Amino acid sequence: MDKHILDVKNLKTYFLINKSRDKANYVRAVDGVSFSVKEGEIMGLVGESGSGKSTIAYTIMGMYKPVEGEIIFNGENIINKNNRRSMSFKKNVQIVFQDPGSSLNPYQDVRQILSLPLKVHKIVPRGKIEEKIAEILEMVELPADFMYKSPTSIGGGEKQLVSIARALCSNPKFIILDEPTSSLDVSIQAKIINMLLKLHREQKLTYLFITHDLSLMRNISTKVAIMYLGKMCEVAPTEDFYKTPMHPYTQMLLSSIPVISEEEEALKPKKVVSTGEIPSPVNVPKGCSFHTRCMLSTDICRSEEPIMHQVSEDHFVRCHLYKK
Amino acid sequence: MERLLDIRNLKVWYSTYRGFAKVVDGINMHVGKGEKVGLVGESGCGKTTTMKSILRVLDSRKVHIPEGEIIFKGSDILRMNYNEIQQVRRRSISMISQEPSAALNPVFTVGDQIMEVIRHSGQFDKNFSKKDMKSLAIKAIRDVLISDPERIFDSYPHQLSGGMKQRICIVMALVTPRELLIADEPGTALDVTIQDQIHRLLRSLVEEKHMSLIMITHSLGVARELVDRIYVMYAGNIVEAAKTKDLFKNPLHPYTRGLMDCVPRLSGGGVSEGIYGYIPDYINPTPGCRFYPRCPDAKEVCSRQKPPATVATENHLVACFKYN
Repeated sequence: MDKHILDVKNLKTYFLINKSRDKANYVRAVDGVSFSVKEGEIMGLVGESGSGKSTIAYTIMGMYKPVEGEIIFNGENIINKNNRRSMSFKKNVQIVFQDPGSSLNPYQDVRQILSLPLKVHKIVPRGKIEEKIAEILEMVELPADFMYKSPTSIGGGEKQLVSIARALCSNPKFIILDEPTSSLDVSIQAKIINMLLKLHREQKLTYLFITHDLSLMRNISTKVAIMYLGKMCEVAPTEDFYKTPMHPYTQMLLSSIPVISEEEEALKPKKVVSTGEIPSPVNVPKGCSFHTRCMLSTDICRSEEPIMHQVSEDHFVRCHLYKK
Repeated sequence: MERLLDIRNLKVWYSTYRGFAKVVDGINMHVGKGEKVGLVGESGCGKTTTMKSILRVLDSRKVHIPEGEIIFKGSDILRMNYNEIQQVRRRSISMISQEPSAALNPVFTVGDQIMEVIRHSGQFDKNFSKKDMKSLAIKAIRDVLISDPERIFDSYPHQLSGGMKQRICIVMALVTPRELLIADEPGTALDVTIQDQIHRLLRSLVEEKHMSLIMITHSLGVARELVDRIYVMYAGNIVEAAKTKDLFKNPLHPYTRGLMDCVPRLSGGGVSEGIYGYIPDYINPTPGCRFYPRCPDAKEVCSRQKPPATVATENHLVACFKYN
């Protein structure tokens, strides 16, 4: 259980936006992020739009080339010169995207979509592909005759199930879920989440779950990390995280969540009121990037960048308030 | 409380190549003066269609309204001629849409668009100069907590962030005195911290101006924090209507209960199973209760007959045979 399956160390991914003779401007989408995921964990990566959470996922998958840093999967550094991933990495790590409508090819039917990973990774001999597809569809509780349907003729929740089925085709160990339920209704979301939890148990998977929904993370994750402007603010095991949220940004996020019971209301930090907006990642504020919205900011926050402080065994906060 | 808006047995059908889709199926709702009312339901349940029929902005070539009345201040909106409905749109009812970037015209500055609303409101006489209009607009922009209104006045929508654009939409809806504001998921496209700011702002402005509010949302949490009374809508029917407090303390309809179970709680407790099945076909709906195929408490009578709205307790209406 304690074996690290994924280690990300000081990862930086920048995007060039314009280049003039004297200076180049970059969007620092991911700016020095380190974290690790243990085998069997469900790690929640939470942040507002533009905080760089999807960029981390895409960088791990090899869709973007990092500027700096290491990504270690199963003891191997997977970043190489041409940013290609090995076949075994591609087999072991899969991703499910946010919008199932645009991540499934509308000109192919479900059978064609699911047979590609089976062929590429040679999971089963060619003659047995349809059998295997029926088996995988059964895993996500879709009927076998679903394979003759086109993605355009099925509903949003079912499309997402097909995306999950596609990710399962290569028998992966690690799945990155990039906001898999954010475009769905709550009743459908509950079904998909239950399915994912069942697969997590049965297939012994590890998840990196990217989302902006902190109440969902409370219920499914084992560890939560908060991102803000390309940097990680706080990482903690779920219980600890919701009992004692420490970073002012985490407190602001928690206090902004609309809840439906008194019991939950009591858990929200009271004194924090949401103000301001996330600044542009091109001009990240000096010092602590959150100081423009923070109610507790002092002089040091405007000038000096905070470092990660360890407050308890697994609880890390990047804030000057917790400096020893 | 005096009723400002009274919708009686409204039916809205869309014509499709397969026949009429009966999207809104005989709903009754009313809004009192100064009251804040929420309309909660999942996507595709007809909430937006209902609200658009109030302002009569649905495409009249595709939409057929076979029955119903929308009484606004004593006259039926559905039977008004063009000039009359135009007066209602100019002076009495305004609407905020879900997607602020689609609601603003990209080729005019924000200021121009706000001034247009003032000019067409017909609430100012000829002595009201352009300068006065501008100062009114600037004041209104300042009211939505934008710190430098002059700069915003001269910017184009694409220069603003999503939260700012939504604030501008609020300005346009509230710059001239109105009696009713229809807000169609104003926070859905925004991050939680920004959503929280927009909701607090809307509530304070509506209360300050003694307006009525209809808040359309898919989130029970948002409705709980903003409104006095909630209508729960499922597949074109109002299934439950109650004061916010009563609804959350004692939800009656099986759909409302299912929906509440699906919401992940900040206090933990795992994820529920979700509601069995999917929303029904609107073209050939069941003759009975539209929730019947998904209902855990379904009885034989539910498949044959439509459940009438029954009074469960004072001010608590529920459309279910269980309580008949």
